[in-house]
Amino acid sequence: MAYTVRRPNLTFWEKLYLPNIVAGLAITFNHLKKMLKGETKVVMQYPEEKWDAQLPEYYRGAPTLVTDEHGRERCVSCQLCEFICPPRAIKITPGSLPTDSKFAKVEKAPQAFDIDMSRCIYCGLCEEVCPEQAIYLRKDYAVTGESRADMVHHKAKLYELGGSMPGLVHKWNPDK
Amino acid sequence: MSTEVPLLNVQIDGVWLQFPKGTKVIDACQQAGKFIPRYCYHPKLSIPGNCRMCLIEMGMPKMTPDRKPVLGPDGKPEIGWIPRPQISCAQDVAEGMGVRTDSPMVKECRQGVMEFLLINHPLDCPICDQAGECRLQEFSVEYGNAHSRFLERKVKKPKNVELGPRVTLDAERCVLCSRCIRFMKEVANDDVLGFVDRGGFSTIACHPDKTLESNYSLNTVDICPVGALTSTDFRFKMRVWFLKETKSIDVNDGLGCNILIGSREGQIYRITPRENNDVNGNWIPDSHRLNFKYLRAEERLLQPTVEGKQTSWSDAVSAAVTKLKSAGKLALVASARLTNEELYLAKRLATALNVTIQDVLPRTGEPDGILIPADRNPNTSGARLLGATGETPGARLKDILAGVRNGSITGILCLGEDLLDCGFTHDDLAKLKVIVVTSILANPTTAAAHVALPGAGFAEKRGSMINIRGRLQRLNKAVEPLGEARDDWEILTDLLAAAGCVHSLHSIEDVFRAMSQDVPEFAGLNLGKIGDLGLQLLNKPETVTA
Repeated sequence: MAYTVRRPNLTFWEKLYLPNIVAGLAITFNHLKKMLKGETKVVMQYPEEKWDAQLPEYYRGAPTLVTDEHGRERCVSCQLCEFICPPRAIKITPGSLPTDSKFAKVEKAPQAFDIDMSRCIYCGLCEEVCPEQAIYLRKDYAVTGESRADMVHHKAKLYELGGSMPGLVHKWNPDK
Repeated sequence: MSTEVPLLNVQIDGVWLQFPKGTKVIDACQQAGKFIPRYCYHPKLSIPGNCRMCLIEMGMPKMTPDRKPVLGPDGKPEIGWIPRPQISCAQDVAEGMGVRTDSPMVKECRQGVMEFLLINHPLDCPICDQAGECRLQEFSVEYGNAHSRFLERKVKKPKNVELGPRVTLDAERCVLCSRCIRFMKEVANDDVLGFVDRGGFSTIACHPDKTLESNYSLNTVDICPVGALTSTDFRFKMRVWFLKETKSIDVNDGLGCNILIGSREGQIYRITPRENNDVNGNWIPDSHRLNFKYLRAEERLLQPTVEGKQTSWSDAVSAAVTKLKSAGKLALVASARLTNEELYLAKRLATALNVTIQDVLPRTGEPDGILIPADRNPNTSGARLLGATGETPGARLKDILAGVRNGSITGILCLGEDLLDCGFTHDDLAKLKVIVVTSILANPTTAAAHVALPGAGFAEKRGSMINIRGRLQRLNKAVEPLGEARDDWEILTDLLAAAGCVHSLHSIEDVFRAMSQDVPEFAGLNLGKIGDLGLQLLNKPETVTA
């Protein structure tokens, strides 16, 4: 339904329009003057200079896979992240652990785990849904590649980025 | 029905309803819309009543001293409630019976049973294949507690045990419902499973001298309500919630078991039985359900070939018809594995090409007395009805072979069979002037063929088949054909058009419509009317084992 927008009641000076431009330019020149005098510094010379040290703990960068303190890959390829992923960036080929493996009790581990970083939207749902605390969004944000294939992070790359995360759940502890 | 089954009045959650005598209380409640959770109860098996999940509160009408029911103010019998819960699976409905499925006592009972069932459960849902279709998960959410009060150490039981060549057991997940034991004893007639040990250590095990190797062993995986029994073939392949389930039928024998094809992104992962009490009940043989991998085999034909060279479809089709027309006297070897639609088109093509003799290859084997009949072709009845063969399938094959050997038959159109299986030798194939063959896989005939056309497998096409009991059933498409392979009905309509026969068959529905006009048995039918469970087309009193 159509409705009427009340126009603001402008004063005479406001109606003149030019004084406001002058006031705006004054602010700009003030900043210019401060910068020339070296009082403010707003430009960082990326990539020589980076903001990485100031990134907060909860920063959502590239998703990665992590291992536990015994070097076991935490992922058991339950494929919940593949299911939840809104842009369908994750593709997992499930596999089983060999029976002579140190972690044979876990039985299952991913054969292949690919995250297509050209699709990933850094939403963090994979981290949230993971029942094994195996996938984390870390602080890597500069994901580049020369082809679409380059933009796919395979399992080895994901573990390289993720590293080890000790002190999480211990559900596969044989005593439990 | 000849004998009238009396209806009994039963009160379920305060509502009076009528059920036929002999109905189980658990089924009556389900029919009334009050689902009762259960683990051990299965309608096709005997009733042990050992899981205790289906507890309900039950009552019988109060009686006066002269055994008349006491009527309440509403004219209905007053119910005297039994103060302790009853299992609803081992209880038939009775006149005036009262059932409460959601009273505080029932809720508390279910909660208690769930808590005990989960005491030793390993909670390994992330790696468990049953996750997503697991009754423990479902009932735990619906009737159980959010937290475990169990602080002691859980009992350890054997994991990853090979019960047989196709079934793997994880005893820690088992709830000891005994469905698998009863199935093997009562349906598969191979009593190999049983409980060993006592109390919390009780587990399922095979008889010491035997393994679970029956051809029906994978049905125990289907009826297992939890993840204790898993299919070794499907184990860790794909999570069930990704699978698209397509209702179709099995094509490995004349019965045509109803199946669900589980596929994801063009890849079939598993086949499970679909309930149809007029055909296969709830079961399917292992040999049939695992026979789908040939669709992705190395020797799959992916591209039409003319004289061994890969070519386009249009060139291959016109080359096939030109060659067949110049071949002289022709014979058609069709397959009783083709659908009715394909056989109907084959017949029209045979007429257009002046084929004088045609037959299908019969396949027989020992019936197993449970589901597998002697006839191992899925559509022998359809082939007979549509004139692809005579009363005895395969009777004319030796005439065709004799004709090839004495030189009176010089061309063969072979649809979906290997001529070597039909008694031909490599010399006979070399003698023929023209061989045109459609096939799914490469075989000696496709190697010798002048034109070889890649067709579609059972999970890649729609169509209908008639089983040995005369039941018309429907195939549905679960995945796309591999490579350049095409639906067989499309190949046949193209061949038909190239042979100079004008037609307007542009979809499988068109083909069925044309067939229903030409064949009186199909009159008034279409693919939609066949339905998921099929319909009885020909009245044949044959039994499964015939």
